[in-house]
Amino acid sequence: MPLGPSLVLSAVLFSIGVVGVLVRRNVIVLFMCVELMLNAVNLSFVALSQVHGFGGQVMVFFVMAVAAAEAAVGLAIILAIFRHTRSVDLKSINLLHG
Amino acid sequence: MTFSVLAGLAPLLAQATGGAEAAAPASSGGVVSAIGMAVLLPFLGFLVNGALALWRPDAKRIVSMVGPAVLVGSFVIAILVFLEVRSAPHAGPILVHYWDWMTVGTLELALQFQVDQLSVVMMLVITGIGSLIHIFSVGYMRADPGYARYFSYLNLFVAFMLILVLGSNLPVLFIGWEGVGLCSYLLIGFWYQDKANADAGKKAFIVNRIGDFGVLVAMFTLWWSLGTLEFSEIAELAPTGLVVGGGIVTLITMALFVGCTGKSAQIPLYTWLPDAMAGPTPVSALIHAATMVTAGVYLVARTSVLFAMAPTTSMVVAGIGALTAVFAATIGLRQYDIKKVLAYSTVSQLGYMFLAVGTGAYVAGVFHLVTHAFFKALLFLGSGSVIHAMHHALHATHSPADPQDMRNMGGLKRYLPWTYGLMMIATLAIAGIPIFSGFFSKDEILAFAFSRAAEAPIWYLFWGMGLAAALMTAFYMARLMSMTFLGQNRTGQAEQEHLHEAPWIMTGPLLVLGVLSLAGGLLNLPGFIPGLPHHLLDTWLEPVLEPALRFAALDLPHGATEAMLIAGAVFIAVAGLAWGFRSTGRAALVAAGEAPDERGLWRVIYHKYYIDELYHAVVVRPLVGLSRIVLWKGVDKGLIDGLMVHGSAATARGLGWLGSRLQTGQVGVYVLTFLLGAVWLLRAMTR
Amino acid sequence: MAETVFYILAACTVVSALGCISARNPVASVMWLVSAMFGLAGIYLLHGAEFIAVIQVLVYAGAIMVLFLFVIMLLNIGDGPADLRAPPMRVVGLAVGAVLLLELVALGRYSAGRIAVEADPLGSTALSSPTAAFPGAAQALAGTAERGVVGGIAESLFTTYLVPFEITSVLLLAAAVGAVVLAKRKI
Repeated sequence: MPLGPSLVLSAVLFSIGVVGVLVRRNVIVLFMCVELMLNAVNLSFVALSQVHGFGGQVMVFFVMAVAAAEAAVGLAIILAIFRHTRSVDLKSINLLHG
Repeated sequence: MTFSVLAGLAPLLAQATGGAEAAAPASSGGVVSAIGMAVLLPFLGFLVNGALALWRPDAKRIVSMVGPAVLVGSFVIAILVFLEVRSAPHAGPILVHYWDWMTVGTLELALQFQVDQLSVVMMLVITGIGSLIHIFSVGYMRADPGYARYFSYLNLFVAFMLILVLGSNLPVLFIGWEGVGLCSYLLIGFWYQDKANADAGKKAFIVNRIGDFGVLVAMFTLWWSLGTLEFSEIAELAPTGLVVGGGIVTLITMALFVGCTGKSAQIPLYTWLPDAMAGPTPVSALIHAATMVTAGVYLVARTSVLFAMAPTTSMVVAGIGALTAVFAATIGLRQYDIKKVLAYSTVSQLGYMFLAVGTGAYVAGVFHLVTHAFFKALLFLGSGSVIHAMHHALHATHSPADPQDMRNMGGLKRYLPWTYGLMMIATLAIAGIPIFSGFFSKDEILAFAFSRAAEAPIWYLFWGMGLAAALMTAFYMARLMSMTFLGQNRTGQAEQEHLHEAPWIMTGPLLVLGVLSLAGGLLNLPGFIPGLPHHLLDTWLEPVLEPALRFAALDLPHGATEAMLIAGAVFIAVAGLAWGFRSTGRAALVAAGEAPDERGLWRVIYHKYYIDELYHAVVVRPLVGLSRIVLWKGVDKGLIDGLMVHGSAATARGLGWLGSRLQTGQVGVYVLTFLLGAVWLLRAMTR
Repeated sequence: MAETVFYILAACTVVSALGCISARNPVASVMWLVSAMFGLAGIYLLHGAEFIAVIQVLVYAGAIMVLFLFVIMLLNIGDGPADLRAPPMRVVGLAVGAVLLLELVALGRYSAGRIAVEADPLGSTALSSPTAAFPGAAQALAGTAERGVVGGIAESLFTTYLVPFEITSVLLLAAAVGAVVLAKRKI
């Protein structure tokens, strides 16, 4: 199974995720783009586990677990913010401006 | 500067009476090692009187005793030192070393006094006349609330003046030079509550400072070229170390002379002296007639070897001396304030002294310095008596008239007979009437100038100017005496009752000075008078001036020329006096309040040729403008305050503001920044 | 054969990702992302990571994305008027993305090349068969015939990585508690 193209695919997906984070205004969609980035990294790990053994796949395991935890907490935060500002626009989260 | 001097003089306390090592070619007696006491006594007087001035200003009794006593003590020491030096005239200068002041690389400066014939002469004049003036001041300043402060300043002045004449190298001389400038400032502005007096003090100090720059330049150049600042070493090294008539020695001597024009009130830096009359009259007598202003002449005599090696400078010195003599004399012709006339007379006579030393007649210059000290001090103190009487009279009747204006005087012969008589002696001396001291000294100067003219014709011009100045001197002095003492009294009927002679404490010193003005000529009589010792001062000063005289030896004219010159001078003196007495006696003089304004040329002369106004427009205004606009507004407020202080604050604030722009509080911006940082990091890794 | 499948799946994944970031409706975004995850799962299978592929579908696509959907529906967000940020930001975003892509590719080439060089300094081994360069890894992978991939992961997980495993479980507990607390109306 070719290693190179997988890595390139991983880079491409990661970049797309980055673009999405920078371009989208909706907080939840932003969050999803972050998940996309995480997935791209997972792909990288899996591809390289061919070469380096099961360590890569164990990493992916952990990444997924943590991503789940993070998604839960993050969405809870978004809910809390929504209750305050009544919108999920990125611009409305600016109370810390100085 | 004052601080370093005070700090410097402190060890004197420990060392003066015994610890000083006297390094000398010959053995020195204990007297000379006590020379430090001569300086220390007036300094102690300064401290004591100063302390009294600060805490017990009404303890006038103590001040009256301490002030003159320290001076008399110094005078006694001066006489003892004189006797000591007289016993071994060819032993070379006695150096009294106190301590090493500075040793930097090859520069080794020591605080060292040099006792030789020249410094002894100066010491005697300073302490002798100083004592007389201190005694006079006890009477003159009796009623003044600043009595103690006056004596403390006066004592300090004498201490510094002694340092000046006793210094064995230029820096020590310079300490004294600056110090007397300081005391002059303090004493001119003694009655500082009146702004005009304070301004006069400032003017004196500042104009002096301009000259001091010249002395500094000379010191630097001298050090750079010869490697020494000690007078004895300069006398040894200069003849071989410097090119005669060359650029360096001319530069050094010109720079020194600039200092002299400042301190000794020659053209162009003389403007402070007439204004200095704002100080008490004894101050004018001591500082601005007998001692401080003669420091320039002393300096030239001390460094005579350099001046003898620089004929260009010597010509400039003589020329400016002659020019100043004439110029100041013309102004004196039309002044009405008695002290102003005497001030311009001083400037004029100082011009004579510089004419002498410029011609190479160093002894003649010193001789005139001494005789001038006698009769000018007498004139000033006498005028002090007159002013004292006038002030008393006008004060008693609450008249607003000026007690110093001669137009308000007249006929005072009747009320102040002793003052009149003694001032007349001084007038005859200054005019150059034979027998009196001024005749011999002034005549010697003119004779030397005439004989120098045989080699350099321009000296005929200088000699002619000297003669003209002599004529005018006689005239204005006669005018002064006539307006003050002769004719009708113009002070007023009521005031006349209050006019009276000065007390003995004031008239006593006048008497002593009168005798000296009469007999002072004995110091250096010319050879043709049989039976009396002649050329005493010449012989006395010869060891000191010998290096210079090798370059610029000059002979007095003899025989027929000499007789003609003397006759001419006497004729001029008598003519001037006669004309002066006659012209003021005839005209109906009126009191100052009713006098008409001056017109035409007289007006220009009365306003001193508007020189002060010229200086103000050409020097002072541009400088003040430069200071205010360029330096204050431009540099200080704009650059330093604005750019550096406020600028740095503004920069900090600006940077802070920039930093605050990053804290938008918007997550999107934060994410962008985050990712940009990540991109940047990765870029580093791909290299 | 495997390569063709890979490229097809890769294309689908990329298209789905693009769709995810550009879809106007958030629910559509979620669906696109799910599709991308399916594509990725397929690629994992091609790499021989069956266990991971399955968990990807079960956990990521099945649980996390559903969570997202729940939240979107809870908040009742419809189409935003302009759900992309201002044009300048779009340009900047694209630029950053492009630069990042280039850098990552460069990094990838660098590290892959290094692997090849380390494996065979004489340079005969091509990039496409890295398994040949690491005999140890190949042996470990070969052992999967008996235990299966799950066994291999389990062995690593419960021996070498036991502590991180336990900590992750604590983390999940904390996350659960935290999510409940944060989402309450009144604490």
